[in-house]
Amino acid sequence: MPKLPAAPGPLASFVAGIGLRAVDAVREVGYLSALLFEAFYWLLMGHRRRQPVRLRAIFKEAVGVGVNAIPIVGLASFATGMMLAIQGIYSLRTFGAEDQVVLGIALSVTREFAPLITGIFVAGRSGSAIAARIGTMQISQEIDALRVIGINPVRYLVAPLLAAMLLTLPALTIMSDLLALLGGALYCAGELSLPPAIFFSRVFEALVIDDVLQGVAKGLVFAVVITLIGCGNGFGVTAGAEGVGRATTRAVVLGSIGIILADMVFTFLTSR
Amino acid sequence: MSTHANPGYAIEVRDLVTHYGPRKILDEINFTAAQGEIMVIMGGSGSGKSTLLRHLLGLHQPTSGSIKLLGKDITKMSADEMFDLRKNMGVAFQGGALFNSMTVGENVELPLREHTKLDDATIKIMSRMKLEVVNLAGFEDLMPSELSGGMIKRAALARAIVMDPKLLFFDEPSAGLDPVASAELDDLILTLRDAMNMTIVVVTHELESAFKIADSITVLDQGRILMSDRTAAVRASDHPRIRALLDRTPRSDVLDADEYMDRLTREAS
Repeated sequence: MPKLPAAPGPLASFVAGIGLRAVDAVREVGYLSALLFEAFYWLLMGHRRRQPVRLRAIFKEAVGVGVNAIPIVGLASFATGMMLAIQGIYSLRTFGAEDQVVLGIALSVTREFAPLITGIFVAGRSGSAIAARIGTMQISQEIDALRVIGINPVRYLVAPLLAAMLLTLPALTIMSDLLALLGGALYCAGELSLPPAIFFSRVFEALVIDDVLQGVAKGLVFAVVITLIGCGNGFGVTAGAEGVGRATTRAVVLGSIGIILADMVFTFLTSR
Repeated sequence: MSTHANPGYAIEVRDLVTHYGPRKILDEINFTAAQGEIMVIMGGSGSGKSTLLRHLLGLHQPTSGSIKLLGKDITKMSADEMFDLRKNMGVAFQGGALFNSMTVGENVELPLREHTKLDDATIKIMSRMKLEVVNLAGFEDLMPSELSGGMIKRAALARAIVMDPKLLFFDEPSAGLDPVASAELDDLILTLRDAMNMTIVVVTHELESAFKIADSITVLDQGRILMSDRTAAVRASDHPRIRALLDRTPRSDVLDADEYMDRLTREAS
């Protein structure tokens, strides 16, 4: 660590504090990038290095992070679709344009809400669980045990998880699309007497394939963000049980904010 | 002592110096362990014995010096060479470090599944044989959380020896165990050496256990080696620090005033 002047004034130590935090942040981003690179390396090259990433491990993780998330993501998506319909009809009624609500729901769900809700819920469910699992393994020397057995921890713990996330998050996003639209359709059926069949045919008229693909692509980005932040915080645990708790909280908070920031950047780059 | 590789040594550590951050942990460590012997690394808390073990396991990169295991310097090894060497090393960690998400049986099978292409039935039989060796037959379907402290250590030992390694490392086998369980574990270690001709490194601070199993003993104190010799020679040593350790007398360090002031003020700068 760089040596500070013997007695820095309050301003100097404030600035130094910002500097040190910036250095830490850059270091963490660098570390996570290396983790991502290594996880992909093992996914692609593991077989050649005699340490393959096993399909069985990927499927096991996929059940944990993906399949088991279906009920909660589904419920949240359905409720969000309905909420969008309520708000949409309420605000469009001022212009007497309630019928346009279908277009609004279709675009906002596929391009924004479905991937975002999926990402936030998976980050909350799995990001914390990953950090807790790896953090506990770290303090009980299980990570060391992996290494001395000759099992690369990134290959064994991170790579299958990354693959599982990359597979399941886009799938969850598409499921979320459908359920959110269903929620919207049911509300519109009651409020506007718009039959769901007509609702959906208008949805499919309004949407182009890019709208859905954009949501799916966001799902892929969020998969990387959640995996890296969960695993990175888990591996960083040093200080016992308290450290595991801190890592779990950090994984959820950073994971969620990471998803929203990534979403903003992604939307800015692709939607103008 | 010659510095070139001696094939007779299973472990050969030369001029090992390690740091943790700016602090020097180990200084000028030199010792050897012959093939098929039990070497006990002994020392009090903070003597650096855990750090030494972690370096022997290749978990850290030392500042300088060399560590030869089975004639190969692990400080200069490629990842692939280390991967191959690890098949010949078994490690039983202090707390067992069993994987909590797997059953005892799956824990013991894991090295075989990762390193061999044996079929499932053979792997199961081999791992049951090792559980038999550590008197845990029939426990393979339990989870680690369902085992007692002594059983966890024995299960960890079974996992460590499942590949029939040439080198076995055992961290604090008797820590946290009652005297009977601890004595049983000592007997097990002796059996392993005799039956499988393993070179075994045991890190411990338990005197009784150390003298019972050791062929030779390396005594660490404050990051330096006080003595590394046959067990009888260590027992007969008249080095005051070693006597203090053997006779369990408290340390009576003479306080160096300058060093003391330096320690107190250093962290603040």
